[in-house]
Amino acid sequence: MSTSESHIPKDILRQGLPGTMDVRIERDPDDLWDDSRVIINIGPTHPAMHGAFRCMAKINGEIIEKSYSEFGYTHRAKEKIAEHRTYHQFVVYTDRLNYCSALLNNVAYSMSVERLMGIEPPARCIWIRMMASEIARIADHLICIGISAVDLGAFSFFLYGFHQREEAYTLIEKLCGARLTTSYTRIGGLMHDAPEGWEKEVKAWAVKTKSVIEEMDKLLTDNKIWRKRTEGVTIFNKEQSLAYSFTGPVARAAGIDIDLRRDQPYMYYKDVEFDVPIAQNGDCFDRYAVRLEEIKQSLKILIQCADKIQKGPIWAEDKRVRIPEKEVIYNTMEGMIHHFKFFMSGFDVPAGEAYTQVEGGNGELGFYIVSKGGPSAHRMRIRGPSFWHYQGFDPMIKGQMIGDLVAALGSINVIAGELDR
Amino acid sequence: MNILTPIPTNGGDTLIKFGSVWKSQVAILKEKFSQDVEEVLMPGEALCDVPIIYVKKKNLVNILTFLKEDSQFQYNFLADYTAIDEESDPRFEVVFNLFSHTKFARIRIKVRCAENEEMPTLISIWPGANWAEREIWDMFGIKFQGHPDLRRILMDQRWVGHPLRKDYPLRGYQVFTTPEAIDPKLLQD
Repeated sequence: MSTSESHIPKDILRQGLPGTMDVRIERDPDDLWDDSRVIINIGPTHPAMHGAFRCMAKINGEIIEKSYSEFGYTHRAKEKIAEHRTYHQFVVYTDRLNYCSALLNNVAYSMSVERLMGIEPPARCIWIRMMASEIARIADHLICIGISAVDLGAFSFFLYGFHQREEAYTLIEKLCGARLTTSYTRIGGLMHDAPEGWEKEVKAWAVKTKSVIEEMDKLLTDNKIWRKRTEGVTIFNKEQSLAYSFTGPVARAAGIDIDLRRDQPYMYYKDVEFDVPIAQNGDCFDRYAVRLEEIKQSLKILIQCADKIQKGPIWAEDKRVRIPEKEVIYNTMEGMIHHFKFFMSGFDVPAGEAYTQVEGGNGELGFYIVSKGGPSAHRMRIRGPSFWHYQGFDPMIKGQMIGDLVAALGSINVIAGELDR
Repeated sequence: MNILTPIPTNGGDTLIKFGSVWKSQVAILKEKFSQDVEEVLMPGEALCDVPIIYVKKKNLVNILTFLKEDSQFQYNFLADYTAIDEESDPRFEVVFNLFSHTKFARIRIKVRCAENEEMPTLISIWPGANWAEREIWDMFGIKFQGHPDLRRILMDQRWVGHPLRKDYPLRGYQVFTTPEAIDPKLLQD
């Protein structure tokens, strides 16, 4: 079926129906309400858009002929703020990037500043960061596949995942006292050590979640309706994905074999075993399947981490970044002054520039920091994967059904906080 | 301690891993584009994590196409595309962070750009450069020659000024009380 044909023959529209009055329609080439074409506006506050952004689509029947996307409704000028805050103060702003996996943003940011300063945190700190990242990744994937299933009508699948996600947030709460906006990491260390027995709880949770994921797998993956709804829908192939700088699960679903945890190992990812799932078609189903498999792999990493983690210090022995203990602050004059200076004027980061990236929940999450010395960055660029994924959204849905727009948006998991920054 | 201090857990061993690759690549690039390579900063010598190659604007598209397609480079992935306001003369630096999906090496290309100068668009090499260029126009006010749709992307279309310039104030308001109508041209084929 040609996508541009209206179901009413054009000459009838122009000349009027036979036997009626002359109803000739003067055509304006700029008129959007032409033929059977309809412009629909989805967002910024539509329930199917996962955040405040907007898509305008020109549809002919059910086929999207052309669309364009707008965003920026939650732009908070984070990159400008970064130039006026100390490095320590900026930690809280990183939570609000991808708020589904806030811990991952904290870890990525701390790593990038540590790289500029040449600080290596101690082993226990890095193991906790790794576990925190994997928990955040699982929470991110669970909400992504859960919500995209809800959008397509599979509600119970979402509830299975959401229960485990709530428990993951309870684990995060034990770590830092907050569930969503964690602000857990510090430059060169962590806010707190993990509480006694936390590793065991994580392990127990991972084992439980593994069985739940298997159940979710059985519930939805081979469901005929789900398959028909997602297979072959909004295909974005390997070449297109590369041209639009796709990363993470969305790129892997299109057959791009890249995972920064494996190919550019950071933290202790060399020391744990995991597989990187790859799919070939780049459709909605593949994006779902890759994410589901990645949850299983992350659980595998978590269990290994819980076995390998040892007791020890969580702070790098570096006077510049080490926040003094409360014991010292309240009892000595030097400690008090140190505390005051640390929080009021911050610490100097030596001149230099680095682009540090981690494998985030959605793809490559990078911080490009240019320092000219002094307590705040000269320029901090945040490379959020959602920005690049959302750019591919318009070519992805072109020629597809309007109902598949929702499926595509859920499957690429665009997060407004990361998109607008 | 600074960026030259290797941190094994943080990917700090890249210099050991890619040092020789980068050296040969820079040598090839200097030979092939001797007119266009302005300056090269190597990690270990300058304060950076990967080689920074300053090139001239004139031949930028050719250099990036070469970096993308030549078998010894294969920087096929545009990881990031942004700009920096250096407050010097020329004022801006446009930055490309490239990544190779086959060699897993990274490299950074920079182009110096004066305030009223136009940059060539890179949409022919990476279609994904479209929005990044719109963001640079929005935030820094650098125009791109040949860009099909150079509108603001994060700020309102009626916004005055370019927020990430160093002389732009941190606080202040611009209030628009009326919503903007859509431009019908955006939905035409």
